[in-house]
Amino acid sequence: MKIMINGTATEVGAETLDAILAELGYGDAKLATAVNEDFVPATARADTRLAPGDRVEIVTPRQGG
Amino acid sequence: MQLYGTEIASRLMLGTAQYPSPHVLAEAFRRSGAGIATVSVRREAGGERAGAAFWDLVRELGVALLPNTAGCHSVREAVTTAQMARELFDTNWIKLEVIGHADTLQPDPFGLVEAARILSEDGFRVFPYTTEDVVLAERLLAAGCEVLMPWGAPIGTGLGLTNIYGLRTLRAQFPEVPMVIDAGLGLPSQAAMALEMGFDAVLLNTAVAKAGDPAGMAEGFARAVEAGRLAFEADPMEPREMAAPSTPVIGKAFLA
Repeated sequence: MKIMINGTATEVGAETLDAILAELGYGDAKLATAVNEDFVPATARADTRLAPGDRVEIVTPRQGG
Repeated sequence: MQLYGTEIASRLMLGTAQYPSPHVLAEAFRRSGAGIATVSVRREAGGERAGAAFWDLVRELGVALLPNTAGCHSVREAVTTAQMARELFDTNWIKLEVIGHADTLQPDPFGLVEAARILSEDGFRVFPYTTEDVVLAERLLAAGCEVLMPWGAPIGTGLGLTNIYGLRTLRAQFPEVPMVIDAGLGLPSQAAMALEMGFDAVLLNTAVAKAGDPAGMAEGFARAVEAGRLAFEADPMEPREMAAPSTPVIGKAFLA
C-alpha cells in the first residue's frame, strides 16, 4: 500500500507500524513516531495497523535552540 | 536555582543548533558551564544515522536536556511534538513554542496557553516561550506552568532586552516564579543586565553558535551571567539625577 512517510509517498508491504519501520531500514534507531498527527508510543507500534494514505512521521533527536 | 524541583547549578542554558562542528559545540558547552541544553526532534529517513550521532554527542555533554517544540504553529502540532520528545529524550520537561507570526516568531498566546494546559495535565513540566505580557504570564501559571521563559527580543536577532519596562513589570509581578530570558540576546552585557534585573537565568543559542569563536563567547556569557547574578544579590545602589561626591568633602585642604 502507499502511505506518506515524512511527507513522501512511499510503497510499503508491511501493515503494522513496527513492521513498516523495520522494512524501511530504521532497525533499532532511537526514534519517535506519529500517525495522522497523533503520537504513537513505541509500545503501541506493533498494534498500530496502517491504511493506504496514512501519514507517518518518524523523528529522531536533533539540534535545537 | 530550582526548576520544577530540580537544582540547576548554572544560570546559563545553551542551545545545540547552528554550531560550525560537533567539536565546537562540545567546547562551547564546556566553557559555558551550562547545566541545561535545548534539543529538538526532526524527521529522519531510514538508514540515516544523524539522530544517533547527535544523541551520542549530547549525552557526552553531561547536562540536563530540554527538548523544544520549535517551529510548531498549532496546538496539536506542539502537543504531538512534545509527546514524541518525551519518549525520545526520556524527560517530561518541554520548552513549549507555539509560534504565531512567521516574521517575528513571536508566540501565539492563545495557542500557547491551550497547549500548556493540555501538556501540564498530561504530566509535562512546561517551560513556555512567552512574551513579557503580564496577563499571558498569569494565564500560563494558571494552566500549570511553574517556570516562564519570556523573550528578550525575537529569536535570532541579538537585539537584547527590547522592552525593559515590560520585563521589569513581569519580574515584579511574579517575584517567586523562576524566569528565564529566552531568545534575542546577542551580547554578554545583555545577559548580565537580565540577571541584574532579577531574572533567574538566560537561554542562548545563536549568540554563541554564530560568534566567530563560539567557545570564547560561551565563556564570555558565563562570566556575564555570574556577574549579573552577583550584582542582583548584592542589592545595587539607587541611581540619582545629580552628582554626589564619593570622596569626603570635609577635610579637604583649602587652596583657593
